[in-house]
Amino acid sequence: MSKSLKFRSVLVLLCLLLSVFAIAPTLLRNSLPQWWLDAFDPIHLGLDLQGGMHLVLGVDVDKAVESRIDTIIDQIEAQLREKDIVFKRVERRQGDRLVVLVYDKAEGAKVDALMADEFPSMEGETFTGSGGYIEKNYRLSDKEIENIKDYAVRQALETLRNRVDQFGVSEPTLQRQSDNRILIQLPGVEDPERAISLLGKTARLEFKIVDENANIQDALAGKLPPGTQLLYERNVNRKTGSESETPLVVKDKTVLTGDLLADANVRIDTRFNEPYVAIEFNSVGAKRFDQITAANVGKRMAIVLDDTVYSAPVIRERISGGSAQISGAFTSQEATDLAIVLRAGSLPAPVKILENRTVGPSLGQDSIDRGIRSIWVGAVLVILAMIIYYQMSGVVAVIALSLNLVFIAAMLAMFGATLTLPGLAGIVLTIGMAVDANVLIFERVREEVRLGRAPKLALDSGYSKAFLTIIDANLTTLLAALVLFQFGTGPVRGFAVTLSIGIIASLFTAIFVSRLIFDFYLKGRDIKRLSI
Amino acid sequence: MQLIKPNTNIDFVGKRKLAFFVSIALILIGIASLIVKGGPNYGIDFAGGTLVQVKFTEPTDAATIKGALKDLDLGNPVVQSFGEDQNEFLIRVERTTGELQGLSTQIQSTLEKTFKKGQVDIRRVEMVGPQVGKDLRSKGLKAIFYAMLGILVYVSWRFEFRFAVGAIVALMHDVIITLGAFSVFNKEIDLPIIAAFLAIIGYSLNDTIIVYDRIRENLGKHNKEDFSFIVNRSVNETLSRTLLTSGTTLLVILALFILGGGVIHNFAFAMLVGVVIGTYSSIFVASPILILWQKKSKARTS
Repeated sequence: MSKSLKFRSVLVLLCLLLSVFAIAPTLLRNSLPQWWLDAFDPIHLGLDLQGGMHLVLGVDVDKAVESRIDTIIDQIEAQLREKDIVFKRVERRQGDRLVVLVYDKAEGAKVDALMADEFPSMEGETFTGSGGYIEKNYRLSDKEIENIKDYAVRQALETLRNRVDQFGVSEPTLQRQSDNRILIQLPGVEDPERAISLLGKTARLEFKIVDENANIQDALAGKLPPGTQLLYERNVNRKTGSESETPLVVKDKTVLTGDLLADANVRIDTRFNEPYVAIEFNSVGAKRFDQITAANVGKRMAIVLDDTVYSAPVIRERISGGSAQISGAFTSQEATDLAIVLRAGSLPAPVKILENRTVGPSLGQDSIDRGIRSIWVGAVLVILAMIIYYQMSGVVAVIALSLNLVFIAAMLAMFGATLTLPGLAGIVLTIGMAVDANVLIFERVREEVRLGRAPKLALDSGYSKAFLTIIDANLTTLLAALVLFQFGTGPVRGFAVTLSIGIIASLFTAIFVSRLIFDFYLKGRDIKRLSI
Repeated sequence: MQLIKPNTNIDFVGKRKLAFFVSIALILIGIASLIVKGGPNYGIDFAGGTLVQVKFTEPTDAATIKGALKDLDLGNPVVQSFGEDQNEFLIRVERTTGELQGLSTQIQSTLEKTFKKGQVDIRRVEMVGPQVGKDLRSKGLKAIFYAMLGILVYVSWRFEFRFAVGAIVALMHDVIITLGAFSVFNKEIDLPIIAAFLAIIGYSLNDTIIVYDRIRENLGKHNKEDFSFIVNRSVNETLSRTLLTSGTTLLVILALFILGGGVIHNFAFAMLVGVVIGTYSSIFVASPILILWQKKSKARTS
């Protein structure tokens, strides 16, 4: 018995010691030696307590499929011309379908042969279209579509990670979720609006040749020459800062994209003393830029970012160095952010913000203060109630409860769990419920005492009779907490975490620790009456 | 100290008809309120929308803020005060489209025209798209469903099937009444409320199981007595514990309710209602159902 008493005391003391070690970095971050801080992280605070931004972005994967089809269309058109196959046109339909319109069966067969050679994964079907054309339909296999979508999300995650890294937030979290969603958490971000504009931008940089022959008025009325499109050029009045748009007709075909960039940096234009973004192509890009400028001297080249024309300078001469500039009366932050997104690369498909929760740092601190205050007040009330009701035994329960709080904090620190506002509420709730186990035990002991049992015997049978009840009651609550952990998100998950940890810690303290204290108290003493 | 004298014998089981009417009345009031108000009052987590929490350096009121926001095209924003001082408000807008992306800066600059610059602090912005709202809603319902299922299995395993049925009926009773209370008091149901519902389920079950445990024990001890006598005796024997634990739990919830601040306020409200109803249901709902079940099966065998 005394051996077991010693063993149990050592166990509890070890737990307590470990807990104190684990909690210390949270309480005294600055005055501890480095090895200590390396061993235990401070308790991790959720975004709702430390302030920050929680974003869920949805990647528009259908757009990625569409743009893949568009690329294939470009390649097919080139091949058909090269092989002298007569066709009317090639177009995309219903997002994932590619249609080649031909005049007769013989040409149709040639198209089939070409497709089988070049794009064997596409499934073909033939229809007789209106006006005597034959429609050769091809669609990507479901597996291929899945691959494209999957790749788009992975690529988007990679690009977003690059942007976040350059944005300079400490400990950001980026995670892929189901349904083509990406979760981004930016703790302590200071300018949420800027973060959104930086992350939400597709940053698809394209160079297109301006169609000078097109009539703008016709274009605005919807009559566009074939193979062209209407875009708007963004103009900023340097004096007033007001923005306006002018329509511009450009050739559909993108001559060069931002994929071929090697670098992008902010420079200052000495004429207007305003920033611009200097871009540099990689070797492939530089060569192509050289060819394009050589072939289009005297024409204007539109620099298009996400379907907005930033500028459309006239190509005065062939440019072979592989560098260009994007100007547009930017503020220095706009220019910096543009350079960041160009360096990080474009998103393979547009993203949409599905969820945004931003908490300012002042609110977070407020919540922490209120949470801590609730814990203190709740704890004091429970302590008073227990001591008044159970006297000396109440004191034992209170010691168990205090240890319980220490263990909860220690487990949060050791498991690297995240403490959120609902998590704080979970701790408060645990305080109220943790004493339940002791109440159950004490009520049983009282019953035994009433039956005339001696203190030691009454304690023995009280503890053993209450044990199974306590396990049953707590396991079911734990079950509810685990389900909540499985289905909950963010802050709510934090509640499930503290509730589960609280239940486990309270089982240990209420059953094991309180019993130990009683055993110490009774050891070697002849107690006639238990204060309970 | 003792709240309940030993050998107290209150006839809880005899009052089960009265309790039955009370429960039905509470449930009907809740359901009526839900029907009149066209379903649960979902917050933005489940309905989708945008929420902006603004703090002013000086007290003001909702009408002034609404007036100040008149020129912004926000649809029909709902402005309500938040917390105990009259200087913090929630602005809720239904739409979540892309053009609302700069919403918080827009609101700040618009408010600063009416109030002075530096007096307006945007403390929290939450935007939930309709799709995410739908997902969260189905996740919440699933969580409650699976929790109940798990409990049914566990209690059937540890006790008997009829005990499990009694426990589940009591839990649904608690959740429905709490849901009704939210509707009656016009409180919004958000993600933390689902957490509160699960905590209520956990708590109420805890309570129920402790009474059941005693019933099981007494069934072995007094196997000659009438079943309803055993149930009543068990409720009485555990009454002292039931009241004390509910008491300490209510104390801490009250602390949260009063001191926890705005976000926790509704959570604490749910727990407050849930713990009171959960305590009541383990005495007046979960246990009488066992008697009802017993009588039914006896009638069937004879």
